[in-house]
Parts: sequence; structure tokens; C-alpha cells
Amino acid sequence: MSLINANKVSFEYVRRDKNGEVEGFKRAVDDVDLDIRQGDFIAVLGPNGSGKSTLAKHFNSLLHPTEGVVYIDGWDTKDADKLWDIRKAVGMVFQNPENQMIGTIVEEDVAFAPENIGVEPEEIRQRVKESLVMVEMYDKRKSSPSRLSGGQKQRVAIAGVLAMHPECIVLDEPTAMLDPEGRSEVIRAVRALNDVENITIILITHNMEEAIYADCIYVMKDGHIAMQGTPREIFSRAKELEECRLALPQAARLAYELRRAGLDIPEGILTREELCRVLCR
Amino acid sequence: MIRDITLGQYYPTDSVLHRLDPRVKLCGTMVYVISLFLFQSFTGYIVATVFLVSMIALSHVPVKFMFRGLKAIIFILIFTGILNAFLTPGRELVSFWKITITIEGVRLAAFLVLRIIYLIIGSSIMTLTTTPSNLTDGLEKSLGWLKIFRIPVHEIAMMMSIALTFIPVLVEETDRIIKAQQARGADFESGNIIRRAKAMIPILVPLFVSAFRRANDLAVAMEARCYHGGDGRTKMRPLKYAARDYIAYLVLLGYLAAIIAVGIIF
Repeated sequence: MSLINANKVSFEYVRRDKNGEVEGFKRAVDDVDLDIRQGDFIAVLGPNGSGKSTLAKHFNSLLHPTEGVVYIDGWDTKDADKLWDIRKAVGMVFQNPENQMIGTIVEEDVAFAPENIGVEPEEIRQRVKESLVMVEMYDKRKSSPSRLSGGQKQRVAIAGVLAMHPECIVLDEPTAMLDPEGRSEVIRAVRALNDVENITIILITHNMEEAIYADCIYVMKDGHIAMQGTPREIFSRAKELEECRLALPQAARLAYELRRAGLDIPEGILTREELCRVLCR
Repeated sequence: MIRDITLGQYYPTDSVLHRLDPRVKLCGTMVYVISLFLFQSFTGYIVATVFLVSMIALSHVPVKFMFRGLKAIIFILIFTGILNAFLTPGRELVSFWKITITIEGVRLAAFLVLRIIYLIIGSSIMTLTTTPSNLTDGLEKSLGWLKIFRIPVHEIAMMMSIALTFIPVLVEETDRIIKAQQARGADFESGNIIRRAKAMIPILVPLFVSAFRRANDLAVAMEARCYHGGDGRTKMRPLKYAARDYIAYLVLLGYLAAIIAVGIIF
């Protein structure tokens, strides 16, 4: 059974002028069909304003579609009785790590979600420990979040979601505000969760390098899904990507340019290692 | 510079007072503050002093931290002292020009100043030995009965603890805005008070805007993590009284009894 199923989903913002009068509507998400299975690693790519964050907020019922339906585990996200079940099943990590910290120490912050869903104290302590170990932040459990680096804060935020025992984690541009080191820390943690714990990951990003590891990539443009496929398929369609104002990952771009210049290089190269192997033949 | 401001002046160390339940400490501080007004005699001050000194000793916090809180009110202390010494009628001690200092006035002034000092130190013992989050927990739990009057105790406690979390974030932000404005030629240091106050406006406006944006982000993040108010919420470390907390209550009761006795007898 599919974990997340979006059926002809559209979402409209009401645009208002200075006096609060309705000026018009903006379609942020336009007729999107999605089907995500348990254990998938999905990347959603797209330039700013393509509606990818708006779409993500539909997955844990923060927003409801104007048209169409989103099903999580078979529950309609508009069903108010299932709201907390849905939010428990689909956790969300946001862009700015500072604006999602609630506790004054790391441990308290991770405990926030299980406290909200009424888990027993003993079990909360257990979950907090497990979650922090998974993202390799256990030795910082007594620190104040303000003393952590961006990458560490973001990993604590992931632990905070993990402590709910979700089936799926949606990460909305989690690395956009991080330095390269923090970025790779977070992506490593996310991949480990997918590989080891079999947690479904939906990674929203505009960093192409991060999308390489996904099972499937959706490219969004002006609210609709413009391209869909495995990373190899997507990144061999350089022209179309460019139309979506997206650039290829570094290695793939180099391979593409070399091929255009006449070198005999096969299609579908993604990582630096693959490119090296081909070039050193 | 601006980062040196510390709020919720917790002093991290390990002592009996640090380990006490925050509710005991809240109650103890209240009792102590009230007790200071239950006596007039010299003996009463001895009892209150003995209690305060033993609490300071128990807290393992260096004494100079205790007196730090007094710096802010030093003018109030001097002012109250002088006014009381000059304006209390009674037997004359010294007299010059039109001013007379009376024996009763000196006595009253000394006691009043001492009382205020004890008040401040007494309550700073609590804040020095209790983490802010523990303190809000204690407040939430011990004021829980206010819910009958439809006072949103949990929400208030949550707001307090979020405010405490965001103090360092906002302080950093202020620092950043000040630097950004200075880089574009803003002048915060020269001119009189009014000019300097006006110069603060370009700091406050962006600070407010960003604070609201942060508040919105945080609200969404909290909702995404299933926050729905205090109903059905559990705690990772629920407050539970241990044996030492009951002993502390007994000590407190003993102190209160002693003070009341002193107030009646002397």
C-alpha cells in the first residue's frame, strides 16, 4: 500500500491588496499526482517559488488541498479526527534550524514531540536516547541548542521528529542555511535513516548533489510536476532541467559537457567516482 | 558586548538546593519573603539572618554572585535609608541646619535596608539554583489549580520557556542588525539621550519584523510536532517529590514557626 498518495492536488493562495481586499488567486500547487511507498527516498527539486514547500506542507496536514485529496496511510488529510495520527506518521523538518528549537537543552527539545502525544515518561527517555544516538548527537544531549553548529542543530531537529517514531520524514530544504560540512552531516544522517531504519524520506531541496542518492526524483515547475524518474534518468535530460532553471550536479555536468565536446562518455553519470572510472579507462 | 547580558542567572553547580524540587524552592522563597514582614524586633533579624546564611552555605554558590543582584537597587537602598533616617520623629541623635536625625530613624532605616537586601538575596538564591526550564515546570505544576478559574497556566508556562529559549537567538539577531546598520553609517554612540533613542528605531523595526517571522515559523514547527496545548501532555521528567523535598518543607515550617513565635514574644 502506498504511504502517501496525492490525487489531483491543487492549492491556491488568496492574494490580497493593501486594504485586505481579495485581489486574485495564486495557484501554488497545480494538479499534482504522487504516489510514495514505505521506505522510498524521494527528492523533490525545483527553483524558488515552484510550489515544492507548499506541496510538502500538505503531507502532514499543515495545509489542505483546494482541490483533490491527499491520503496518508489511507487517511484523508482533511479528516480532523486523524490529524494527530497523520502528524505522528509524517514528521517535518524545516529550513531554519533556529526557528524550530523549543527546549532550552537538546534533550528537552527532542522530548517535545513525544510529550505532546502523551508517551509515558520512561518511554520518552528511551526514545530521546535512541533518536539522539541515530543522528550521532547523544554526547551533546545536555548542551544548549544555541551553542551548536547549524548542522548539529538540524540533526537535533531530525531527532526531535524521530522521537515520534514516524513512518516518513519530510525535510523542507534542511540544508539551505548550512555550510558545506553541516550539509553533508545532515544528508549522511538522512541517508542512514532511510537505509538502516527504512524510514521514508521526502527531501525537498534545490541542491542537485543531494538528490543523487534518491530512489526517485520529482522536478517541480510552476506548481506542477515537470519531470519524474530515477536520478540517472532525470540528470540525463540536461536540456529540460535547464528549462526548469536547475543545473546538473557537478560530475554529471562535466560528463555532459565532455560528451558534447565529442568525448566518448556514456549517459547517466552522476558521481565523481563514476566519472573518474570512465575517464581513466 | 551585548551577548554578556545574562538572564535567568542560573549558577551551574551541584548542591542540595540545586537538587530540590523547584516547587519547594518557589514555596520557600514565598515563605521567606512573607516572613520578613512578620517581625519588628532585633531577635527576628537574627533568626532571618541565620536562615539566610545557612541557605547561602547550602547552595555552594559564591557569595559575590548573591550580591550581584544588589547593584541594580543600590540607589533605592540609599534613598530609602536616608529618607527614613531623616524623617522619622523621635529622640534626637544629631542635628544640623534644619535636619534632625533621630535614634528611631536610624534604627528604622537600618532595619528597612536590611529587609530589602534579604528580600533580594533570598529570591536570587532561588534563581541561582534553579534552571529556567525547571522553574517554569515548577510554576506550571504548583499553579495548576488556577485552571479552575480558566487561567491558561500551561500556555503561560510554555510562553515563558519559549521566551527564555529565544533570548540568545534574539540577542544575536540584535547584534547582527546593529552591525549591519553601523556598516551603512548609522551612529548609535553620539548625541544626547533623545537622539540616541531615536537611533534605536532602525534597530527595533527589523528586530520586530524578524521576531514575528520567527514566531510564525516556530508555531508551524510546533504544530508539525503534534503540539496541541496542555491536554494529554506528558513530561520526560515529571516533577516528583523525593524524601529531601519533604525534609525541606519541614525545615521551612520550622523556620516559619520560629519567626511567628519571635514576632509574638518580642
